[in-house]
Amino acid sequence: MTYIDDIDKKIINRIQNSFPIDSRPYKIIGLELNLSEKQIISRIKNLKKNGIIRRIGANFVPKKLGFYSTLCAAKVSNEKIDKFVKIVNSYSGVTHNYMREHKYNIWFTFIASSPDEIKKNLKEISEKTGVANILNLPATDIFKISAQFKV
Amino acid sequence: MLTKFEKKIISTLQGDIPVTERPFLKLAETIGISEKKFLEILKNLNEQGIIRRFGATLKHQKSGYKANAMVAWKVDEKRVPEVGEKMALFDEITHCYRRNPKKEWQYNIYTMVHAFDEKSCYTIVEKISRAVGVNEYSLLFSRKELKKISMAYFN
Repeated sequence: MTYIDDIDKKIINRIQNSFPIDSRPYKIIGLELNLSEKQIISRIKNLKKNGIIRRIGANFVPKKLGFYSTLCAAKVSNEKIDKFVKIVNSYSGVTHNYMREHKYNIWFTFIASSPDEIKKNLKEISEKTGVANILNLPATDIFKISAQFKV
Repeated sequence: MLTKFEKKIISTLQGDIPVTERPFLKLAETIGISEKKFLEILKNLNEQGIIRRFGATLKHQKSGYKANAMVAWKVDEKRVPEVGEKMALFDEITHCYRRNPKKEWQYNIYTMVHAFDEKSCYTIVEKISRAVGVNEYSLLFSRKELKKISMAYFN
């Protein structure tokens, strides 16, 4: 693990949420943490360079933008995995894809403009890869979404 | 309905904003509006709840959270609202959803648990299982990240 000091930690804990919507956001973060704008900028640049921060940006609620999202799972045999992953990942609406230790070993999220679009794409994936019965598991209730990690 | 500029602003923010004194000025210039207008529309998108979260996304493996497990729980439907809400209160749980069970996959609540190692994931899940009184569950540890991108909604 790359070494991060207490100041880095304070910055990371501050900027995962409620990034200031202001002309000088890094200055505001600096004021809150008792650091200069320059220090904030150079430390964030470093944290990005070291790969601790993946990106800074907005995450949207798909539904409010007129999109529909779901979680999909498939049982894929070892010899089919490479091809299956390649084909699944080629869809721009597939945003996350993980191999997990389970008989359902491939789990991916799919965002599209409608439930039918998802169904059509899953059918297409099955036809192209020979992997049948991909589970389509859209969320019906959301109790929590919080990608906030205290470091 | 979103306006043309709202869509353009969304498309600039689904990536990575610049780390420079005036990041929104830079972004505003790329779509040909003033910084003031850009911030006004952005504030509005935020207030309408279209933006779920605005800020830094970490590579959690690199920040020390090396283990992540998806936990699928089989919960009596009548208890789902109560159990879901209780689970959401645990700091170790970052995501909690209900999804319809399937014949071949009868789980209906899904949580993400992040911890420093796999052993801690088990400990956390056992603690939660006792707290909510749900004993049927399955941990699915992530073995490989195959893709992780931000959705490009409007390009």
